[in-house]
Amino acid sequence: METTERRVNYLNVDHGIRSWLLTVDHKRIALLYLASITVMFLLGGLFAAAVRVELLTPAGDLLQSDTYNKMFTMHGIVMVFFFLIPSIPAVFGNFFLPIMIGAKDLAFPKLNLMSWYIYMFGAIFTLAAVITGGVDTGWTFYTPYSSEYATSKVILPALGVFISGFSSILTGLNFIVSIHRMRAPGLTWFRLPLFVWAMYATSLIFILGTPVVAITILLVALERGLGFGIFDPTRGGDPLLFQHLFWFYSHPAVYIMILPGMGIMSELVTTFSRKTIFGYRAIALSSVAIAVISFLVWGHHMFVSGQSVYAGMIFSFLTFLVAIPSAIKVLNWTATLYKGSISLAAPMQWALQFLILFTIGGLTGIFLGTLGTDVHLHDTYFVVAHFHYVMMGGTVTAFVGGLHYWWPKMFGRMYNEKLATISSVLFFIGFNVTFFTQFVMGSQGMPRRYYNYVEQFQTLHQISTMGTWLIGASFLLMAGYLFSSLRSGAKAPANPWGARSLEWAIQSPPIEHNFHEIPTVQEGPYEFPTTVGPAKH
Amino acid sequence: MFASLFIYPPSASTVAAEVDLFYWFLVILSLVLSVGIALALFAFALRYRRREGNEIATAVHGSTALELTWSIIPFGISMFIFAWSASIFFTISRPPDDAMEIFVVGKQWMWKVQHMEGRREINTLHIPVGEPVKLTMTSEDVIHSFFIPAFRVKSDVVPGRYNTMWFEATKTGEYHLFCAEYCGTEHSRMIGKVVAMEPADYQAWLSADNSPSMSGDTQRADLPPADRGTRVFSEQGCQTCHLQGPGGIGPLLAGTYGRERKLIDGESVTADDAYIRESILNPRAKTVAGYQQVMPTFAGRVSEEDLMALVAYIKSLGGAEEEAGGAVSQGGRPGTTDHGSAGDL
Repeated sequence: METTERRVNYLNVDHGIRSWLLTVDHKRIALLYLASITVMFLLGGLFAAAVRVELLTPAGDLLQSDTYNKMFTMHGIVMVFFFLIPSIPAVFGNFFLPIMIGAKDLAFPKLNLMSWYIYMFGAIFTLAAVITGGVDTGWTFYTPYSSEYATSKVILPALGVFISGFSSILTGLNFIVSIHRMRAPGLTWFRLPLFVWAMYATSLIFILGTPVVAITILLVALERGLGFGIFDPTRGGDPLLFQHLFWFYSHPAVYIMILPGMGIMSELVTTFSRKTIFGYRAIALSSVAIAVISFLVWGHHMFVSGQSVYAGMIFSFLTFLVAIPSAIKVLNWTATLYKGSISLAAPMQWALQFLILFTIGGLTGIFLGTLGTDVHLHDTYFVVAHFHYVMMGGTVTAFVGGLHYWWPKMFGRMYNEKLATISSVLFFIGFNVTFFTQFVMGSQGMPRRYYNYVEQFQTLHQISTMGTWLIGASFLLMAGYLFSSLRSGAKAPANPWGARSLEWAIQSPPIEHNFHEIPTVQEGPYEFPTTVGPAKH
Repeated sequence: MFASLFIYPPSASTVAAEVDLFYWFLVILSLVLSVGIALALFAFALRYRRREGNEIATAVHGSTALELTWSIIPFGISMFIFAWSASIFFTISRPPDDAMEIFVVGKQWMWKVQHMEGRREINTLHIPVGEPVKLTMTSEDVIHSFFIPAFRVKSDVVPGRYNTMWFEATKTGEYHLFCAEYCGTEHSRMIGKVVAMEPADYQAWLSADNSPSMSGDTQRADLPPADRGTRVFSEQGCQTCHLQGPGGIGPLLAGTYGRERKLIDGESVTADDAYIRESILNPRAKTVAGYQQVMPTFAGRVSEEDLMALVAYIKSLGGAEEEAGGAVSQGGRPGTTDHGSAGDL
């Protein structure tokens, strides 16, 4: 093989801003998304930092109440709709799904570029709201506050969310068609990497769920702008109707955010223990099961809203059904490590964090999915802690793990492993300090979205805030060593981790069309060489 | 338990003990499972770390038996949890029949409370210990949520509908009252306290009247809700159609509370608080069989507090419990005698 020095790849095949903004290469589009969601993540993080600093003291002394309310609202909107939802599918899905199925691109490359433009358009609407005064409804846009009483800029971000929804729908469509139609010869469904299965399940929710939230949010905008009355009780409307419609999408959306992370987990756990996944079919099919059942549990967000007692019971029951496939996955990943050859390289450190944090997130979900304890814990910091354990401890750690795993493939450079270890340890400590304290506060009855609070909670709030500084340090360090790797990192070989799926069979970074010729697949994605007996003699 | 002092707010209602037992069961279960997973990860990462002699994994073929085990056991545990928690939820959601009633109206950013004997308060709720208390709640504007951590109860307070919650305090003392549903600028200042008192002290407190003045018509507002309802009833001219005896344009109201009502579309409905409220604001939605749809809406003309007073008034006219025939002169409330004058018209 020739040296990697002068090879043509997707990054250097073309130059100039036009070659990026008009690209139809799924890998370049993935990088456009990576840049955009990184900016959004930074913004969302700054909003969160403002919230946490305000909470250092019980009095509302740093920010005014309205400013505080806008900060947590923008944190939620930006993180949920513009970071978490697109993050893994739009970056790693776009980049690796075609390669993993042995294709030269997605089924509709131009549609793919359009998805990015739609996303950006939606993001600009939302950021326009920030610049022109902000929005204070909470990311959930509950009516009738959002539709009648809020005096902030509700319509702009609502339209932003509406618009960016189309980007999700198109991405989902693109993935489903590609997985059905463009698999390489020999690549049967049960030879697909589990990341691809996760993308498939996620895409189903994108297509089935996003239209509902789009319409719902649009109705809020119309009610506000044109005085509809659908959610207005004084005109025969029902404010709870909004909650039903909103959670009908937004609960499945939780799985839009976590399923891709689970997909990454299956890749990391196998590669870094050099072992095939324990229970391939269970993991693959449970993703699809989760996608389907997740549409039937929305009412568990409404146990204390006044919906009927029996409805509450049914939703609670269904919630347990959707929890079990997730539990099975965690146990299967853990079992995969058994008798493996385990490397604790940076991506694996994040995978192990995921397993611990997501387990805590899942188990605390039981407290909220059951009726008896939810009445007390609903709308307290317990809920805040729970979903951060799932969304940040789960999705964000999986995203960061994936970033460290695929970085050498995407950019052809290795990063500093020592700094990466420091960053992951900092994150683990900071995360638990920040959010574990919030479980305690929530149990004690500290309500969410309070900019001042009764004094008894001050110590816990202060500890929590200090944890966020460690998280911030972890991410700053990460940004530092990842950026510097682009300049001075060692050149990455084609397969630095000894992984088995198709993206590692091509050069790093890949050529524009991925493969010189379409491969023929003979085996599953996790066929690592193994010994039959005990490894040690 | 020391831990409960640290982690949990005081436990001061009859359901709190049940909820706490269940909570601690979940905490222990979660600890066992998450520590178990973490230990397994740690042990595997150490025992099977990549090193000389362990460059290659040992083949382990999946085990259907094992997978079935860890699907079925969690399912069993979760069904147990579900059943336990549902039974607690049933207790929390169903007020006992003999609960004393208090009206609560939420608005940005205060809680307005009215006791049946007439005393009103803001951002404070006085209650007797050892007696079940039922709150009937609604909102004048956005959604709020009435949360008393020490009682482990919470209910959203939604405009356009009556939500109820109940509790029975077990210990005298002052407890936090929070608004738990984000409701705008001063959401975090929509807080107050619940004062649980010995029943005798509560009675004394009720009769020592120094309700806050809220508007010009303090006099009316200070009446017990049923009397205030009587007043609203005649001010709005309701008695023109809802006569005291049969033959009115509208149905007879005495004796209807809590009864099944046949509607013109053949359905039937129980005449509860929510139904009465709806029938005042949207009379055509569920008109009683045998009557014309001629009643105008009173939406916008009657405040939430007056609506609650009307409900209390109609309730005071008797209903399901006092068997048919006990028409007008029951109830025994001194205030309901006002009703007689309305009937004169």
